[in-house]
Amino acid sequence: MQKLLLLGDEAIAQAGIDAGMSGIFAYPGTPSTEITEYVISSSDAREKGIVATWTANEKTAAEQALGMSYAGKRAMTCMKHVGLNVAADVFINASITGANGGLIFVVADDPSMHSSQNEQDSRVYGKFAMVPILEPSNQQEAYDMVHLGFELSEKLEVPVMLRITTRLAHSRAGVTRTKQKNQNECALPGNLKQFILLPALARKQYQKLLGNQPAFQKLSEESPYNVFLPAEDRSMGIIACGLAYNYLMEHFSEGKVPYPVVKISQYPLPRTHIETLYNECERILVLEEGYPVVEEMMKGFMYRGKEINGRLDGTLPRTGELTPGIVAKALGIPSNDIATVPGIVAKRPPSLCKGCPHIDSFLGLNEAMEKYGDGRIFSDIGCYTLGALPPYNAGNTCVDMGASVTMAKGAADAGLQPAVAVIGDSTFTHSGMTGLLDAVNDRSNITVVILDNATTGMTGGQPSAAFEKIEHICRGIGVEEEHIRIIKPLRKQHEENTRVFEEELAYNGVSVIIPRRECIQTLNKRMRQKFNDKNKTK
Amino acid sequence: MKNDIILAGVGGQGILSIAAIIGYAAVESDLFLKQAEVHGMSQRGGDVQSHLRLSSGEIWSDLIPEGKATMIISVEPMESLRYLPWLSPEGWLITNTEPFINIPNYPDVEEVLEEIRTLPRHVALDAGKIADEAGSKKAANVVILGAASPFIDIPVEKLEKAIRQLFGKKGEELVEINLRALHAGRAYARQ
Repeated sequence: MQKLLLLGDEAIAQAGIDAGMSGIFAYPGTPSTEITEYVISSSDAREKGIVATWTANEKTAAEQALGMSYAGKRAMTCMKHVGLNVAADVFINASITGANGGLIFVVADDPSMHSSQNEQDSRVYGKFAMVPILEPSNQQEAYDMVHLGFELSEKLEVPVMLRITTRLAHSRAGVTRTKQKNQNECALPGNLKQFILLPALARKQYQKLLGNQPAFQKLSEESPYNVFLPAEDRSMGIIACGLAYNYLMEHFSEGKVPYPVVKISQYPLPRTHIETLYNECERILVLEEGYPVVEEMMKGFMYRGKEINGRLDGTLPRTGELTPGIVAKALGIPSNDIATVPGIVAKRPPSLCKGCPHIDSFLGLNEAMEKYGDGRIFSDIGCYTLGALPPYNAGNTCVDMGASVTMAKGAADAGLQPAVAVIGDSTFTHSGMTGLLDAVNDRSNITVVILDNATTGMTGGQPSAAFEKIEHICRGIGVEEEHIRIIKPLRKQHEENTRVFEEELAYNGVSVIIPRRECIQTLNKRMRQKFNDKNKTK
Repeated sequence: MKNDIILAGVGGQGILSIAAIIGYAAVESDLFLKQAEVHGMSQRGGDVQSHLRLSSGEIWSDLIPEGKATMIISVEPMESLRYLPWLSPEGWLITNTEPFINIPNYPDVEEVLEEIRTLPRHVALDAGKIADEAGSKKAANVVILGAASPFIDIPVEKLEKAIRQLFGKKGEELVEINLRALHAGRAYARQ
């Protein structure tokens, strides 16, 4: 088989195509976006009839994947770590229903918060749901573990979590494709009550999940991805999870670590390997990306045993992703003199693109807000979050998808009036609509600005589920017709737009303003495509 | 053989096209490769970098350890300096001299270039100008790659082949422009 140069994300996607997956469902979110994007643009996947689609949010995505599993076919759902919060309801309950066709939840964590609002560790969720977790250490393992994940899921009749982090998601390496599998035929679950979580039935299903734990444990002990590597120097034993294994190996030539190592890529933790390591070595160093999950398990609450080093005792930083340098320090490897960044180098934070429609929306909104003062703009998750930075300073909150609408409502209910929500089109259909319904039902005094750039911009311009639907949705929810205002955010219409903002801010009730102009990035992309197509037909 | 390269620039400047050419040539040369990229929020006009590692043996970490990069290739002068902590004491810095100014506090350009000139091993060139002479200012990235090429352990023919492969779809004219850009940058560095 040929070797492909793939991002970790793309390796997972290609593996899905090769492993007989019938559908992939996702809402875009860095660093997970490229998985679904790859399948959508794959002609191979199209020929195989694989369903590949962007959904309204992570919950709807995961439920569609679960439905496909119910119908006997292999399905994957992909999300960033905070996306799993949105899909948590289905994730936890899917562990109780179990799977019929193989079902994989791919969750991409973002330690160091490169593109996120927190650095939660999805392994905690996996443990919470009591399902097997796979954590590849490189692109090839990411590929192979999709095959393994579907096998485990079908064999154990349980969803499997595949957990990656930013560096693996967005790093490219050579990947060898292996076996190709056919898709499953459509087939109902053997037990037609399996997916009915009525209390009496759910209790049985829950017992089944609990009863399966020893089997998950046994598979972890026997997994070729959990390896005990013996060595002579027993002054220290090392546990290296997922990607951390590479940062360890980086410092020893020909991969010869002088200390015994347990490499972990499958959970529940392989108890035997860890016990052997603990008994053999004087102290234990735990290397893991994300939270000190394994370290905490090792220490326990009443722990009085050998020294265990990691993120909790300061051997490694408590927060942020690991790097080769951080791991070297934990291993006691002296570092060379490292140059410093010259003082002349200025910070260059991300900013709204030149020509971005949000700029004109913020200019109008800011002018209309002048007389009310600062601290009243509830923003949301997307490119427009950057409006919170200078020079616009438009945005006082950014919490979770859709929170702009509901936080503005809560603040308005507390007396902060007017309160303004700023939310993107795609974020609105993701999680903003239900909050708007609450506001309409309570006749709260809020102004909701739905920035409609006709795309999911921050993640690279995926189609928006809200496309050409926003005003209809608002009308359907019950926003009064005369308070749904559509404007075109252009510099030359600044005064006119500012007036619309002023009018709706003055209205005591729910109003919606929809500044509508295409994202400059997708527009340029479309124009380039048109130009190329034209040249081709010449 | 081991080349650890930091690619630097500003989101939207297209450092990944340089990475793609080297990556293709590396695979053609049967080398191991790992390349960590930046996607997401920083791409919106923020500083971006890519760690590109080439080796004849297995590569472990996706990230280059600090102080170990054999070169920094930057399409923007101030950005080239941001990654000095990664550069090995024997490493080379290859950078464009044309600034990309999208922040109000961008330092004095002359001072930035002065800072670059204090480095013992550097190549600083006006890639846009050279690219323009080669046929298109848009080929500035490939000029920079050309200037870095004497320090990369891949035969230049493999880089040429990669350019043919990657730009071939967009027409023969573009291929020729980029090949000229590659060699103009290479010639500059060799002077």
